[in-house]
Amino acid sequence: MIPIDAETVQARLEALKGRDLYLHLESTTGAYATHHDSSRHPSSAFVKNAVIRYERGTISGSGPYRVGLKMAHGWVYCEGLTHYEESETERLLLAGHNSEGKLAVALQLSPSPF
Amino acid sequence: MEKRVLAVFPHPDDESFGVSGTLAMYAASGAEVAYACLTLGEMGRNMGFPPFANRLTLPGFRRRELEESCRAIGVRDLRLLGFMDKTIEFEDPELLDERIGAVVRDVKPELVITFYPGYAVHPDHDACGAAVVRVIGRMPRGERPTVHCIAFSHGCERDLGKPDVYRDVRPYLKQKFDSIRAHRSQFYVPGISDGGKRITRELEERFGTERFWTYRFD
Repeated sequence: MIPIDAETVQARLEALKGRDLYLHLESTTGAYATHHDSSRHPSSAFVKNAVIRYERGTISGSGPYRVGLKMAHGWVYCEGLTHYEESETERLLLAGHNSEGKLAVALQLSPSPF
Repeated sequence: MEKRVLAVFPHPDDESFGVSGTLAMYAASGAEVAYACLTLGEMGRNMGFPPFANRLTLPGFRRRELEESCRAIGVRDLRLLGFMDKTIEFEDPELLDERIGAVVRDVKPELVITFYPGYAVHPDHDACGAAVVRVIGRMPRGERPTVHCIAFSHGCERDLGKPDVYRDVRPYLKQKFDSIRAHRSQFYVPGISDGGKRITRELEERFGTERFWTYRFD
């Protein structure tokens, strides 16, 4: 994974629009959040391999970045993205790592299941 | 004083702290005051104090809170533009401009109040202000309304300088506090939300001035 280049990611979002895609969307504070800091509320969620199709995909911000995917009947939203996988050609793998390097959020799109 | 004023903000409650006194002042002067609100704030995290709303019921509560706030302020023309909370920056700019432009053409405001693009912290605020500025900037110079912007990002005065409009809204604090109280799912402000109707010196100092930057198009 390398730091996000917004233009490159925007081009990848354009290339993937208008077709059925498998989505992996994840947000996590980590299972130890409350153990390390009792004031923190533990919260995590992921969706793996839901099928979506979007008509407009946009990356915005100046880092960490946000991505919004507009679908026929709703939206996919992700905030806090910092890195993408440059070696992937078919799939788009985006992740947000915190200051310790841990994964905090991930947004992945692929024509085939993850 | 301007006779037609339009506020454009993305969320119900964006009007309360920064501009409700100003809008109340214009309404009291007999101006037509319109408010175009882009979303229903349906992704908000505050659910009441203690919580009384849930993700599904929140937009309905917020819509009614906004209507109550508008009645308190004297905004008689409320337009809900139907965009989704948190998505303004991702929307097609042409669609945003078309919807906001239609309101501007209809209301024909002499003054428009919105967020200063790039200096308003929340991406929806920045994207809303950017759309308003695009729409007004495209109008012929002589037909453009004045645009007053709210900025509050850290260090905004380094770039923008001091606000050029300081408005004493102490005579309109009743309306302003009624607006804040109306958004009961979103705000709990001690001294205002807890039922006290007395406007103390401290509240006057905290809430009695509203500040704006006039947007320069060239």
